[in-house]
Amino acid sequence: MSLFTPPRITGSSVRPGDRNFRFTTTAAGIGVLGVLAAIAAFLIWQSIPALQNNTGNVFTNQQWLPDADPPEWGIAVLIFGTLWTSLIAMVLAVPIGIGTALFITFYAPRRIARTLGFVVDLLAAVPSIIFGLWGLYYFMPQIVPAAQWLSSYLGWIPFFSNDLDLYTKSILIAGFVLAIMILPTVSAISREVFWQVPKGHIEASLALGATRWEMIRMAVLPFSRPGMISAAMLGLGRALGETIAVALILSAVFEINWQITEPSGNSIAANIALKWGEAASNGRSALIATGMALFFITLVVNMTARWVVNRRRDFSGAN
Amino acid sequence: MALQSDIHAPISPSDDALRLTGRRLPRWAPVGSLAVGLLVGLFVQLTQVTVLGLAPVVVVVLVFLISYTGWTLAVEGRRHAVDRFATALIYSGAILALLPLVWILITVIYKGVTVLSVNFLFVDTMRNVNPRAAGGGVAHAVLGTVQQVGIATLISVPIGLLTAIYLSEYGRGRLARSINFFVDVMTGIPSIVAGMFIYTFWILTLGFPQSGFAAGLALTILMIPVVVRSAEEMLRIVPNELREGALALGIPKYRVIIKVVLPTAISGIITGVMLAVARVTGETAPLLLTTFLAQDVNWNAFEGSQASLPTFIWDQIARGTQSSLDRAWAGALTLILIVLFFYATARILAARYAPKEH
Repeated sequence: MSLFTPPRITGSSVRPGDRNFRFTTTAAGIGVLGVLAAIAAFLIWQSIPALQNNTGNVFTNQQWLPDADPPEWGIAVLIFGTLWTSLIAMVLAVPIGIGTALFITFYAPRRIARTLGFVVDLLAAVPSIIFGLWGLYYFMPQIVPAAQWLSSYLGWIPFFSNDLDLYTKSILIAGFVLAIMILPTVSAISREVFWQVPKGHIEASLALGATRWEMIRMAVLPFSRPGMISAAMLGLGRALGETIAVALILSAVFEINWQITEPSGNSIAANIALKWGEAASNGRSALIATGMALFFITLVVNMTARWVVNRRRDFSGAN
Repeated sequence: MALQSDIHAPISPSDDALRLTGRRLPRWAPVGSLAVGLLVGLFVQLTQVTVLGLAPVVVVVLVFLISYTGWTLAVEGRRHAVDRFATALIYSGAILALLPLVWILITVIYKGVTVLSVNFLFVDTMRNVNPRAAGGGVAHAVLGTVQQVGIATLISVPIGLLTAIYLSEYGRGRLARSINFFVDVMTGIPSIVAGMFIYTFWILTLGFPQSGFAAGLALTILMIPVVVRSAEEMLRIVPNELREGALALGIPKYRVIIKVVLPTAISGIITGVMLAVARVTGETAPLLLTTFLAQDVNWNAFEGSQASLPTFIWDQIARGTQSSLDRAWAGALTLILIVLFFYATARILAARYAPKEH
């Protein structure tokens, strides 16, 4: 550069068209960041009124009376229900999702693998309202006997006991439906991670006489562990924010109940969808406050998951 | 070693010592074990030992797993037994993953076709329809969905595409990395939060009325990250030789992007947009907060509540009568057909035109 300066052909080195176009695209990119910041800002701002005149403790109160005088409400029940349903969904969906991903990547013939991948992804395209409708009228009747069985034979385990003898609209059923809904997410991300396992490791372990499972256990799983954790977390993020299916399936009793087979429980998102229509202005502000909590919880979960995945991608020797 | 002990193995060369591999199960072993499982399951089903609806299926799976693994353990040894057990579990997991989609599709089609008709789709609305009476239709909801998703597409595609161009063609350094990261994070924003944001921003703060347009804005928030991600991926796989060739001819960079890079990637970008459309068409929660329900046609997307297919289904379920449930199923079938149409077309286009990755 110092040795030789090319002669200038045009008057300026940066053409106005280039500058404008670059400016426009950069502005769009910054705008996307701005939207995310705006979401946080507006949710915080609009939840302040309800947070200020709340006579209960936001974190511990177990009532939902934001439109009463004086208003009294808390988020504990909602956080509990959100986490509890999502946890059950994770317990069910993560092993099956990872199993499906293993099947598609290492077991199935190419054509079947592609078809199955397509079908599992298709599951992600089914609208959540349809999951709710199907879950309520077709899936629930199938799960109720299983829930009865759990409570009568495994009732000595605290979570499974059922004092009400009612088995519909339970956290367990919501967890099952959520598990189906997050399965595509878990499976797709795991698949992506399994593809990044260095082919050399796989072939080396097979060449040393490992069975296919030994190859997976010793070459694939150790390499993919961080990726699988973030796949599970991205699934968790989806389960936490799922609204309509949970709103239709859960019984929306406002209490903390560890019994997963009893009709009870509520989640932040479902509570918003159910209470929004009837809420007055302070009620809406309180709902926005819960939405803000949901936003930040999912933000942290997603950021952690993405961070782990991206870090892994940088070190991957696959490509 | 067990190698010498048994000369009556199912498949064995005449002399064990000459064998290169250990003794193996016959090829039909998985099928055989499954048949045993099915027989026991059938027995459970017929004798009604338990009242559990899913019990026979569970029995089939358990009997299969135990007999198959036990058989392998007896013939091939522990390592292969573990391997076969894992294989069987992974196969079962894959089949299990297949089950819900098939079940949902069959249910929706079976329940939905009874009410579905041309009038239901394009002529009838829910105005003056008694919840208990049959009749009515989704014409108003189809109109609303088309308008709202159309608005979302019109806004999110330019923004998403420009952001993708920034990320793939210009973006270096910190800003690009953080945009890249937060676009990924944005794909995980709960849809109800997007609706809530538009409510606080557009309706509460700016004072606009509830409208189809507000719903479109909420869907935009959900669509942008999907469009950015897919478009960027497509732009990145445009060969650099094309860019360099055009730049070497003295063409300004922005012209290169518009005239060379975008046309090369356009089929992939359209695919991505269709996937994004499929994703937001089924969203219910943000619509409940931004436009709510409506029973009649509202052509004006900028003022007043507007119906949509997802909120139509939500409303009909809430009414809870037999006729309204029938309508809900028919609405669900309509919705799933629209979504699957977009999704399947996009995936088929992608499989046909996208460069091979793996």
